Order: sequence, then structure tokens, then C-alpha cells
Amino acid sequence: MSTVTVSTTTHHEGHGDAHQEHHHHETFITKYVFSQDHKTIAKQFLVTGIIWAIIGGLFSVIFRLQLGNPESTYPWLEDLLGHWAKGGKLQPEFYYALVTMHGTILVFFVLTAGLSGTFANFLIPLQIGARDMASPMLNMLSYWFFFLASVIMMASLFVQTGPASGGWTIYPPLSALGEASMGSKIGMDLWLVSMAMFIVSSLLGGLNYITTILNMRTKGMSMTRMPLTIWALFFTAVLGVLSFPVLLSGAILLLFDRNLGTSFYLSDIVVAGKILPNEGGSAILFQHLFWFLGHPEVYIILLPAMGMSSEILSVNSRKPIFGYMAMVGSLFAITILAFLVWAHHMFVTGLNPFLGSVFVLLTLLIAVPSAIKVFNWLTTLWKGNIRFTPAMLFAIGFVSLFISGGLTGIFLGNSALDIHLHDTYFVIAHFHIVMGVASFFGMFAGVYHWYPKMFGRYMNNTLAYIHFWVTIIGAYLIFWPMHYEGLAGMPRRYYDFSNWESFKMFGGLNEFISIIALIVFAVQILFVINFFYSIWKGRKVKDQNPWEANTLEWTTPIRPGHGNWPGEIPEVHRWPYDYSKDGKDFIPQDVPVGADESKH
Amino acid sequence: MKEFYLIAIVVIIFIVIFQIAKASEYVSVLKGEAKTKKQNNKINGFLLIAFLILGLFGAWYCNELYFGKTLFPQGSASVEGEKIDLMLYITIGVTGVVFVITQVLLFWFAYKYQEQDGKQAYYFPHNNKLELLWTTVPAIFLTILIVFGLKFWFKVTSDAPKDSVLVEITGHQFAWDMRYPGKDGKLGKKNYKLYNNPSGNTLAVDFEDPESWDDLHTTDMHLPVGKSVKLVINAMDVIHDVGLSHFRMKMDAVPGIPTTLWFTPKYTTEEMKKRTGNPNFVYEISCDQMCGKGHFSMRGVIIVETEEEYNKWLASQKPEYYTLFPDKDPSKQTASDSSSTKPLAQITSTN
Repeated sequence: MSTVTVSTTTHHEGHGDAHQEHHHHETFITKYVFSQDHKTIAKQFLVTGIIWAIIGGLFSVIFRLQLGNPESTYPWLEDLLGHWAKGGKLQPEFYYALVTMHGTILVFFVLTAGLSGTFANFLIPLQIGARDMASPMLNMLSYWFFFLASVIMMASLFVQTGPASGGWTIYPPLSALGEASMGSKIGMDLWLVSMAMFIVSSLLGGLNYITTILNMRTKGMSMTRMPLTIWALFFTAVLGVLSFPVLLSGAILLLFDRNLGTSFYLSDIVVAGKILPNEGGSAILFQHLFWFLGHPEVYIILLPAMGMSSEILSVNSRKPIFGYMAMVGSLFAITILAFLVWAHHMFVTGLNPFLGSVFVLLTLLIAVPSAIKVFNWLTTLWKGNIRFTPAMLFAIGFVSLFISGGLTGIFLGNSALDIHLHDTYFVIAHFHIVMGVASFFGMFAGVYHWYPKMFGRYMNNTLAYIHFWVTIIGAYLIFWPMHYEGLAGMPRRYYDFSNWESFKMFGGLNEFISIIALIVFAVQILFVINFFYSIWKGRKVKDQNPWEANTLEWTTPIRPGHGNWPGEIPEVHRWPYDYSKDGKDFIPQDVPVGADESKH
Repeated sequence: MKEFYLIAIVVIIFIVIFQIAKASEYVSVLKGEAKTKKQNNKINGFLLIAFLILGLFGAWYCNELYFGKTLFPQGSASVEGEKIDLMLYITIGVTGVVFVITQVLLFWFAYKYQEQDGKQAYYFPHNNKLELLWTTVPAIFLTILIVFGLKFWFKVTSDAPKDSVLVEITGHQFAWDMRYPGKDGKLGKKNYKLYNNPSGNTLAVDFEDPESWDDLHTTDMHLPVGKSVKLVINAMDVIHDVGLSHFRMKMDAVPGIPTTLWFTPKYTTEEMKKRTGNPNFVYEISCDQMCGKGHFSMRGVIIVETEEEYNKWLASQKPEYYTLFPDKDPSKQTASDSSSTKPLAQITSTN
């Protein structure tokens, strides 16, 4: 680090806080609760996301107990869950409720709100050089709608008939008819209302992110000088804003079918011996509406992880990201294609085979931009000078998981093969690796990398390394063998396989997977402890730019106040990836281009 | 009490790990952070390459353990499914190569180019030739996969041969019901509003339609070997899915929207018992679409037999019409022929 930067640090430190105190008279409520500071809102999203992740993860551990040892009983479960675990044995209805809520919580509340909400809020103003979001008020509302959605979803866990239990995809008629399932009673209404609130939150956030990125970049920060994190968060926001409203409409129609007697999704149904009057609806219509969001949703989850990993790989390899424009182009291609592939979730619904073939083509096309990204990441590492910070390890792990899970997508996207693999454990393995664990790795990488900026302290490195190694080994041990269960045709969402001649031979493997899942969950608790402990007790950050990175967030004071830069916002003179250029280890974006500097 | 000890042990393990981690932080401050960073870098670089080697070995070992338990070593039990098996092997081949190459490069680069004193990274921001290379090569491989995939897809989803055996399968919470068309080869009409009318009409068949009179209603599915079978798939209440993993077939059962699939069984159940070496072998129909609390128990059975056995079984079945309207049964009929139109009229009036 050059001496010049050090001296500016002390300068900022000295005047920063006083300067900002001058503007606001902040009480505890306005500073930490109804805050309009994008950094505080980001932390609110992160903490709420972590709480949801613990709950969602715990649910998976509980239902893995049943899958691992279908014969055993656990008396303490009955103490905990009452009639849902009669005699210490998880009841099928509650098993399905747990599976449903695990999916809902992790897909929406953790990997959408917790991931995008945290890093879009935190990084966009800091990395493009803005004092805050375009509308701090909407930004605050975005969090509080998410909070409201969380409260309603949490409440649904405690209603007498249990939370929604028709799978996170809530296909009607199962989700539309209270007679068909306990979880389709009041729990389902709460699920839908909660999701409506969630969508409002996501739209308020998304519009804000797009507006901020387009309008509030600092001087010199042209679009092609933005870090890839910002590009990824930008495309994520575009995906969310264009696809979430479709889910909202689908959810509202489902609410109508449930409560107002309409027949959008219902036709020719006899349920529990009762002949329903509904005619003319289509159960498949909902699947089109759902997956029109549902598939972009996968990329809403994945793109931020891609962007952050790109940034972290570049910083810690001390090399520019390879093929910046190709990276932006492939993000763009993925965004466009994400809207055109939804029906690959519906190959076995009786879809017209020709239509199916179009979706096969478009689905497999996504593999091209994905391949470009992977090879660019690999080339970024090539001939680097790599530092294995915890964030870097998670970014490398992300690439590994993205490859593993992405390749199995080529199996499932090919409709002929999908006939056999659809709704088996192969699908579980595929999407858990590529969008579940991989995105979590992106998120962990982001947390470890930007933790010093968020809290002015470091997380404990030893715990972080343990966290990484146990998690990546565990994730592969859990999900890799599931591919084989899927090849054997073992269906998803089964409470018990022991009566099936075709599937019961995997009992031992299921037990093994459950044990590993328990260990991996325990290690995540270690991460949570590390996270909260370090907020107050972590090693203090002394360098303004601890990772020696080029992006603008590291030009702010160690603990930036509301407004981010105490003085002028720095002007940007170059792209963010000038690492190891002209013999200099790194050249921050706000350093003017020298006369003798070579062009990239 | 046992739980209490368990919790206590877990908490203690957590505290120990946490204390070690804290201590290591102090040690690193004492030793000098630069030195610790170097050490960590070395350890993690080594672990990454170890992970790669053990991981690849683990993938091979997992394959040894479990590939034999999948359905692929025994082959597809339907003629059409062979295409799907071939497609699987092609895809495994292509993606397997990519998987090994990219994972090896990823971990090897990470290991090889770990930070060293006095070394600087190579400034290499872009290269259009390389980008072009890894745009076109994946595109070519994907084209191959798409071409094969779609060829098989159109074959499998084409119309069933005209002389196929026709069977209707209906899913309801939580079981399957079959209907055979009888001698006329045609299934009688259905109308869901006729459910349980007359009592026991669980498939809501319209018995005013004469084509329904010889239809058979069974719980197991019997099929002749070597003949194509067309399934017409229905659901009464929620979406189910007819999963026939041995035949590599699957199709949703959607209320209000009948779907179809067809395939040609290659082996009888008895032959499969020998092929798999499992005396309990049975073709199972699994419900592959979440349908409620009993989803996991929605099991159906298919018995594939020789044509002779199949015909014998067919002949032994009694049309449902006669079960629901015993006075119509010719085997029980004596002199009540004259009143044959009366029950039908009654049904009509109850509509």
C-alpha cells in the first residue's frame, strides 16, 4: 500500500464522523431500525437472511432425520413439535410442510432477499460512487416489506393446520384445495399473502437498484468501468423487476381460486369424495406463470454470486478479470435466455412436443454463456499470484460447484433424458449444487470479503477456513451420491422409501447423507457465531484497503458514515481491474491514468 | 437425559473449536501477520490440490458403489427407453470430459499460482481468440447433444402405433386405478360429475355410453410383453405423475386434461427377476408429482407377462358395468332381460 493512501485514511478518519454527525440528528430508531442508510439496510437484510437460513437449514436437518432413519423415533421431537411428531416420529403432513418451507425460505428469503438485498444495497452505492440509493425511502420500505413478509411466513408456521405443504412450487390444485392437504388450509393463504409482500419488497428494491446504477454513478464511472458485481446486481434487478410481477399475478389468481370460487386453475375435480363445481380452468396455467418467475429466479439467485466471485477472484489473483466485456456479455445473454426457458420444468406435463423442443434448444443455449464464464474464471487464475483468503476459497469453491451443478443441467435440459430424471433425486442434486450451495458460496465469499467494510472488523480466519473446508467437502458428499439415486428413478419428496422394491436399497446411503447434513449444518452455526462475535470482538481493521483492491468502496473511511465519503466523491479514471499492470500491484480506480501507462 | 448429554457434548466441541480459533488469532498477531498469511496460503494451496485428487478418487469410488444400483446396468425395460439410455451415455461422455478438464484446471491453477514472494501476476485482461474458442467449442458439443436429444424426444413423444394396447390409468389421493377398454377396444366416456353415481363408480364413468359396458376396472396393470402400450392418463383430484422408471417413462396426470404416453415392454416381470437377480422384482409405478401427505405411498404395480397369460388374465376380469349393475350381468341373468333399459333411465334422472 502506498503511503499516499495511508495519509488520506487518517484524513478521512479525523474529519469523517464529525462531518456526518453535522447533517443528521440520529436516534437509535432512525440509525438502526428505520434507517435510510443503504449500509444499515444491507445489514438488516443480511441479519434477517441469516436468521431465516438457520431456520430453513434446521428444517432440512429435521426432515433428513426422517429420511436417514425412517424406522427410528425421537422422543425429543415430540416435545418440540407436539402432534406433528406423534410418538417421536415426524408425521408425513409435517414432513411435507418442512420440505415446502425449507424450499420457500431458502429460495426466496435467504438467497433472494438475503443475498441480493444485502449486497445490492451494500455495494451499489459504494462501488459506483454514490452517497446512497436513488430513493433511500423506498429502500427502507423494501426492507420493511420483507420484514412483514417474514413475520407472516413465520406466523404460518404456528397455525393449527400447519404451514403450506404442497412444495415450494405450490402447484394447484393441491395448493388450491383445503380438502386435498392440511397445508392447503390457512397456511397456504398466509404463504400467498407473505409472498405478495415479499414481491413488493423485491420490486421496490429492484427499481431502486436499477435507477441508482443508471443515474447515480460518480464522474468517470462509465457503464464499462463498473465492477462485475455491479453488472451482475444490475441484471439481477432487471430479472426480478420483469418476472416477479408474473408470480404475483399467479399468486393472486390462486388466492381467488381458493377463496372466491373462481376456476383459473381448477377443472373436473373430485376431492375427498366431493364433486367440485369448477370447470374450464387449467392446472398447467399456474405452472407457466410460476416458472416464468421460477426460472429467472434461479438466475436472480445465481448472478450476484457470479458477480461477487468474479470480483473476489480478480482481487485475490492480483490479476484483471479475464475477458471483462465477455463477462458482461455473458451476463446479458443469461439474463435474456433466463426468460425463455421456463417450460423446461414442464417437459412431462403433456406439453406439446414441438414446444418442448424449442425449450430444449433455448435451455441448452444457456450453457454457452455459462461456459464462457467458467473458462474466463479459470484464465483469471492462470498465472496469477493467488492469496487464499477465506473469501477467495469460497469463490474458488463457487466455480467448482457451478461447474458440477451446471453440467448436470445439460442432462435435465435435454427433454428426452428429463423424462427419466424429472422429479427424481437427480434434480435435487442438480439444483442444490448449482443454485443452492454455489450461491451460498458466493454469499459467504461476499460476507468474508466485505465484512471489514461492513463492520470495520475482520472475522476469525481459522473458523473461516474450517467453515470452508467442512462445507465444500460436506456439500459434495451430500449431493454427489444423490445423482445415483436419481439415475435409479428415486422420486423427490418421498417421506419413506422402505415399501418400494425399486428404491429401498438406498437406505444406507440416505443415512450417510443425513449424518453429513447434520455436520455441515453444525459448521454453519460456527459461521453464524463467528459472524456475530466478530461484529463486536473481531480484530479491528487498520488498513483502509485491507485486500489492496481497486474498487471505490475501499476509498471510504474504515467505518463510513451516512453519505459514504466525508469529502468529495472520488472521480473514476479507469476500469476496476488494473492489477499487476506496468509493474504495479494494483491501481485503484480513482488514480488518474499516467502519461506513460500502457493501454489494456 | 441422553439428549442433554448430547447437547452438552456438542456445545463443548463448539467452545473448544472457538477457543482454538481465537488462540490462533493471537498467535498470528504475535508471529507477525505476514508470516501467518504465508503459512495459511501454503496450507490452503496444498488442501486444494489434495481436495482435487481425493475428490476425483471419491467420484470414481462413488460410481463403483452406486452405479450398479441404478437402473442402467440392467438396461431399459422398454424398447423406446433404450434411446434414453443411449442419450444418457452420450451426455455423460461429453460432460464427463468437460467436468474433469475444468475441475483439474481450477484446482491445479489455484495450487500452482499461489502467492510467492517477489512474483507478480501476469497482466492478461483479454484475448478474443480464446473467447471465440470457448464460445464455439461448447456450442458445437451442445449442438450434438441437442440433435440427438431432439431426435429421441420426437420419437418418444410421437403418436402411439395404431395397434397399441390401450390402458387408462387414473391417479387419485393416494392410489392408481386402471381401466381396460374390453373387446370393443374403446373406453367409455367419463364425466367427473358422475363420481360415485351409482355408488362405487369411483372413476366417474358414464355408463350411458354403451362403449363403457365392457370396460374393465382393475388396480394392477397387466401388459403383454413385446406389444406397444398406450396409456391414457387422468387425475381425479390433484396433479399426480405416472413414473415408470424401469421403462424410462414419465407423464403427469392432470385433472381435467388427459395426457398420454406409449412404450413397448421388452421383458416380462419373470424375466426381469432373472435379469436383476432379485426374486422380489416388480415393475413399480411411482407418483412423481407431489400430491399430498400420502404421496410417498402412491404405489402401483405393473405385471408384464406373455401374451397368452395376458389374454387369460383379461378373460378372467369382469366388466365394471356388471359389478355396478348386477342385474345386467349375463352370467346372473335369468329372465330380467325385458327391464334392461330401466336402470339407465334411473341414472339419467339422477343427473
